[in-house]
Amino acid sequence: MRHIISVLLENEFGALSRVAGLFSARGFNIESLTVAPTNDPTLSRMTIVSMGDDAIIEQIIKQTNKLVDVVKVSDLTAEKHIERELLLLKVSVEPSNQADIDRIIDEHGCKIVDVSENTYTIELAGQGAHVDSLIEEFEKSDVSNILEVARTGVTGVSQG
Amino acid sequence: MELNGAEIIVQSLQKEGVDHIFGYPGGAVLHIYDALEAQDEILHVLVRHEQGAAHAADGYARASGKPGVVLVTSGPGITNAVTGIATAFMDSIPMVVISGQVPSPLIGNDAFQEVDAVGITRSCVKHNFLIKDINDITSVIKKAFHIATTGRPGPVLIDIPKDVTIARIKEPKFPEKVHMRSYNPQVIAGANSIEKAVSLITTAKQPIIYSGGGTVIGNAHNELREFVNILGFPITQTLMGLGAFPATNELSLGMLGMHGTYEANMAMHDSDCVIAVGARFDDRVTAALDKFCPNAKIIHMDIDPSSISKNVPVDVAIVGDVKQTLQELNKALKGKTTFDISPWWKQINDWRKVDSLAYKKKAGVIKPQTVIEALYEVTNGKAIVTSDVGQHQMWAAQYYQFDEPRLWINSGGLGTMGFGLPAAMGAKLARPDLDVACVTGEGSIQMMLQELSTMLQYHTPVKIVNLNNRYLGMVRQWQEFFYEKRYAMSYMDALPDFVKLAQSYGHEGILIEKESDLMPGLKEAFAMKDKTVFLDILTDQTENVFPMIPSGAGHNEMLLGGRDEMKSTNDEGLNLV
Repeated sequence: MRHIISVLLENEFGALSRVAGLFSARGFNIESLTVAPTNDPTLSRMTIVSMGDDAIIEQIIKQTNKLVDVVKVSDLTAEKHIERELLLLKVSVEPSNQADIDRIIDEHGCKIVDVSENTYTIELAGQGAHVDSLIEEFEKSDVSNILEVARTGVTGVSQG
Repeated sequence: MELNGAEIIVQSLQKEGVDHIFGYPGGAVLHIYDALEAQDEILHVLVRHEQGAAHAADGYARASGKPGVVLVTSGPGITNAVTGIATAFMDSIPMVVISGQVPSPLIGNDAFQEVDAVGITRSCVKHNFLIKDINDITSVIKKAFHIATTGRPGPVLIDIPKDVTIARIKEPKFPEKVHMRSYNPQVIAGANSIEKAVSLITTAKQPIIYSGGGTVIGNAHNELREFVNILGFPITQTLMGLGAFPATNELSLGMLGMHGTYEANMAMHDSDCVIAVGARFDDRVTAALDKFCPNAKIIHMDIDPSSISKNVPVDVAIVGDVKQTLQELNKALKGKTTFDISPWWKQINDWRKVDSLAYKKKAGVIKPQTVIEALYEVTNGKAIVTSDVGQHQMWAAQYYQFDEPRLWINSGGLGTMGFGLPAAMGAKLARPDLDVACVTGEGSIQMMLQELSTMLQYHTPVKIVNLNNRYLGMVRQWQEFFYEKRYAMSYMDALPDFVKLAQSYGHEGILIEKESDLMPGLKEAFAMKDKTVFLDILTDQTENVFPMIPSGAGHNEMLLGGRDEMKSTNDEGLNLV
């Protein structure tokens, strides 16, 4: 099962590599990982998406908690939560497909954040599945070519 | 008063009560050595190889219960120490390692003797630090000792660039206390879990206490003894736990696991209530997990939450300091009645009659088991015994009856050949009042031989008991059983004359080729109180360690020496180590 693990840790030299190193050393899977300081600049919030059965997720949480720099670990997927991911997608544009691209952008509620002579850069913030569906739509249709995909990976907070 | 970084480091170590440092100098730590030279509170032991420094500090820590301290230079200094750090990490031994680093402005430039020490050691330390600012030295050292010695202990590395040791500040502040919001190990067990444990314990019909290294590290031997005596339950101990409960006590079933006794393993298999005390369900202990304790409810006491249900799911988890947990349990159990377990004891005593540690003597050959029995006799079971890794390690664990904790010192987790000799040196420095023996083999001893030189310099008399069978015995045993006797690279040809070798280092050497010379030789060696004596004992070349649970088998599928034909293991078993 897919889990979103949220880790609050000391914003110190090497803290990110401790967590990443732990995952690789113990053979835990990382689907995505995001990290940035919180409003308290001495703390960082790291959000990791990982796959595993209950026993593996339990070990991931316990092993991560054991790291000396880690203040708190929680499994967001164990409760109601909000998750978001940011996508920047660059596609090719020609006069012939411009209308179709505009329609897709409209339907998915995304924004064009950069335009050049023959490219659009599209921005979408949403759940991982939403981001997947936009990319899929471009991949499946003949409307346009995807030139580049950059996504941040999931971040999230518990609800309420 | 103005101090430089090196002086602040040395003063910090003094304030932590450090009396021994094991180390080796080099460019990046020269300022620290200069500061060490100017004081006489701390004795620096100059080893001959940095791996030896880490093992010696480790042996010192295991024998004394105090953290071991290591000082090495950058680059090869710290990489050489890594095996010793990993050894301490796997066995949860408190240790603080200070490594020099190239000057801050050169970090990342591939400078002379530069390695990323923090990166290299990350996965084999409890925590590590890189000090970038002289103002952080005192608080980092305070934190390092706190982390190394609390919770589940372990090694902590502090990497210090040379310029930080040279910089000067006025009036450095030495903190009295440590506060870390991210590190607060749970020490007090939850009352709820204690209650649940008591209810399982008092209704058990076939209980067994399975106790591990945590009882030694956690200084919980008195509480463990009280616990066992209140209940009258059988107890088996892991390789790391030996001595916490006396081996000669009638409630003790000996060691369990791959080379454990028949009665211990059978009792584990048939038990309805396994009480794990400071043990971690390691693969050497559990044997095949799918066949492990099929009918048992399991209670697990451990300071480390990540040990709970890691290998084996448990019914009651008690997270906390093992000493305090046992105190709580003992309080809760007093006056409570338990089941009459005399039928269980009858069954166990029947298993005991199998006498699984019996072995056949052969005329003209010294059996390695006999050597350990003789060592036990000569030392009255009161010596510290360190070991290296292999067959001799198992025989020492099986045939030396440890009645007190911190007498048995071996590398159980990492299985590091070369550990025994430097660990014996460290143990002797920690406990000069006790005899120290290093049980080793001709393979292991050659991995750290150079420390014989250190042992002369610092007057650490140790008796080296070399079970010399001219084979890498454990490798040979597995090749005999599982590789159709194809003995690839397991014979040690071109061995040195160990007696002359010891003599050339300024020690004594005794060659023993006949069993009749064994007791006199050992007595002679231990009579030389102030001498390190190398006993080179030529033992049976083809003896195997029994009993044995082959890989992939369960606790109730043991093989007994001389009685069972070794069945070749299945493919699944061969995959295991």
